[in-house]
Amino acid sequence: MKYKSQKVAYWFWALSMLLLSIQLTYGFIMGFDHLGYDGLHKWIPFNTAHTVHINTLVVWLLAGFMGAAYYIIPEEAETELWKPFLAYIQLITLTVVGVAALAGFHFNWWEGRKFLEIPHELDYLVALNVILFLVILLMTIVKGKKKTTTALVLFGGLVGAALLYLPGMLQFDSQTLDSFFRWWVVHLWVEGVWELIMGGILAFLLIKLTGVDREVIEKWLYVVIGLTFLSGILGTGHHYYYIGVNKIWLIVGGIFSALEPLAFLAMTLWAVNMYRKGQKKHPNKMAIYWTLGAAIVSFLGAGVLGLAHTLPQVNLYTHGTLVTDMHGHLAFWGAYAMIVFAIITYAMPNLTGRKFYDNVRGRLAFWLSNIGIFIMVSAFAAAGVAQVYLERMLGYDFIDVQKKLYPHFWVVIIGATILTTGLILYMINFIKYGLPTDEALEN
Amino acid sequence: MFTKQQAKMFFLVGTFVTFAIFIALTIYSLKQVRTDIPQDVASGKHLWEKNNCMGCHTIMGEGAYYAPELTRVIDRRGEPYVKSVLVSPTPWNPKGRKMVAYGFSEEEADDLIAFFKWIGNKDLNGFEKVDRKVSPLSKDLMKSND
Ligand code: HEM
Ligand code: HEM
Ligand SMILES: [Fe+2]
Repeated sequence: MKYKSQKVAYWFWALSMLLLSIQLTYGFIMGFDHLGYDGLHKWIPFNTAHTVHINTLVVWLLAGFMGAAYYIIPEEAETELWKPFLAYIQLITLTVVGVAALAGFHFNWWEGRKFLEIPHELDYLVALNVILFLVILLMTIVKGKKKTTTALVLFGGLVGAALLYLPGMLQFDSQTLDSFFRWWVVHLWVEGVWELIMGGILAFLLIKLTGVDREVIEKWLYVVIGLTFLSGILGTGHHYYYIGVNKIWLIVGGIFSALEPLAFLAMTLWAVNMYRKGQKKHPNKMAIYWTLGAAIVSFLGAGVLGLAHTLPQVNLYTHGTLVTDMHGHLAFWGAYAMIVFAIITYAMPNLTGRKFYDNVRGRLAFWLSNIGIFIMVSAFAAAGVAQVYLERMLGYDFIDVQKKLYPHFWVVIIGATILTTGLILYMINFIKYGLPTDEALEN
Repeated sequence: MFTKQQAKMFFLVGTFVTFAIFIALTIYSLKQVRTDIPQDVASGKHLWEKNNCMGCHTIMGEGAYYAPELTRVIDRRGEPYVKSVLVSPTPWNPKGRKMVAYGFSEEEADDLIAFFKWIGNKDLNGFEKVDRKVSPLSKDLMKSND
């Protein structure tokens, strides 16, 4: 690493890994619930497990992005972080709020709004925490020597994510309005500003890993995020088909969301081409795997599997079924989980100074986790299609259909086990080889 | 091909234009959304949220996929059935999949039912219009309402 203060990134990523472990555990609880093994129902009913699963997901990804920003911004701005001790305070307060929210979910303390379950009272603390985070980054950029496109796009994405949290705090008596603005957060995050964050991290990694000229990489970064907003903003309409708003969204949402895969395709082509063109390949092979992996799997999960159910004619049947689960898993995995693993894998040897780039465990972690998630997603797909046919087309009763899906859920459990094995191996490397030291400073 | 500056302009202009259209469409469509929500429907919605019903069920297709879609539940099951589920002091599990035992009061149950009716009467562009059949495998359990 180049600046001492970059070390704080490791601790954000440690929080990430901790939350990821909780996410996986509660995923298994839900998987077994679906199979009829609901022995924990009294203490952890399905809605608690679901809420913990998706909120730990969002927070571990955000903690991953925060770590990435604390690592990337000083290096891009060519300066130490502004007041690094504040970054540690931000980490600790984030952890405290996160733990409070997770505990609350077990005691009926939540808001039942998918992905935004954190109770209102805690929302304000989250907002304060994020403001602190953004101020640290802003001051670092301001005092820095350079303002690179990569740093600005990453920072812009983070500011956008913070601003878009606000519409989610509005309260309504109408379920239609509630849903309308909930998507301003959920959709405009994952199909909007988070893609800027991903693009910024990807640009940084491509610059470091391929040796291609920064100007070329950043030019394409603009193209990618241009396509993102061009399609993604009006693409929000694909969540407005059936919530009781104007029919115009069927057309606008259908057309623009069908264009969204272009942004992910552009991301894939960009990363693969830069890799091909690169003359000075970095020795950190595993970082290259995760980076290209993120660029490719995000297109499959978000682009291809998103397109599969985004047209209103199809979504009328698949809306709110296990088909959505199929897409949700691979999209979050490919785009956001993998990019977090990529930046961690790149940064770790630099934080420790050990130049430890490749081992069997690291390779197994990559392959097992990806194979595992593909198995899971295929099983969700099979279950989803069967559910849509039996329940939505033939009109059979919900629970009767669910019982027909047990074999698929066993495959989900098998895939999840392989995935989890891979991730445990990743975490072993993270703990064993990750601890940052000051000796790792490069001149 | 094109310069970085041109790529930047593509990003800025594209974002500005689509965002402006998005805001205009939002204002246009929200003008038509009714905000005069009856008191019981509003309290029903509040109970729905407070207990995180969406953590298992979907409504208007939104939520989790562990328990039935409830948009048209009153049409499908009838009011008395739904009420007995809501006030039940033990976990409701007609076919083995358990619901949390909320044991709502009469009044709370009525509010939730008002909420379901309100949703059920909305024009949802054809969503959940299929007629449900009860599977031949479980004929004994209940008659469908169609
Ligand atoms: C990385 C980007 C993406 C992520 C992380 C993501 C994730 C998700 C998740 C978690 C849901 C379920 C939301 C809920 O019910 O609360 C969802 C729904 C949906 N996504 Fe995506 N998505 C991404 C990109 C896309 C793209 C590019 C498309 C279209 C081409 C798309 C199309 C859809 C559609 C149509 C739904 C609604 C499903 C339904 O009706 O139940 N998504 N997405
Ligand atoms: C141990 C591994 C995992 C298992 C067993 C698992 C299982 C599940 C189950 C059963 C559901 C809920 C289905 C329902 O609503 O009935 C779910 C939801 C979800 N999971 Fe996982 N999951 C796992 C890992 C992951 C990972 C690694 C990610 C992200 C990268 C993820 C993202 C999600 C999302 C976004 C949802 C909400 C999906 C939607 O709205 O369609 N899960 N998961
Ligand atoms: Fe979306």
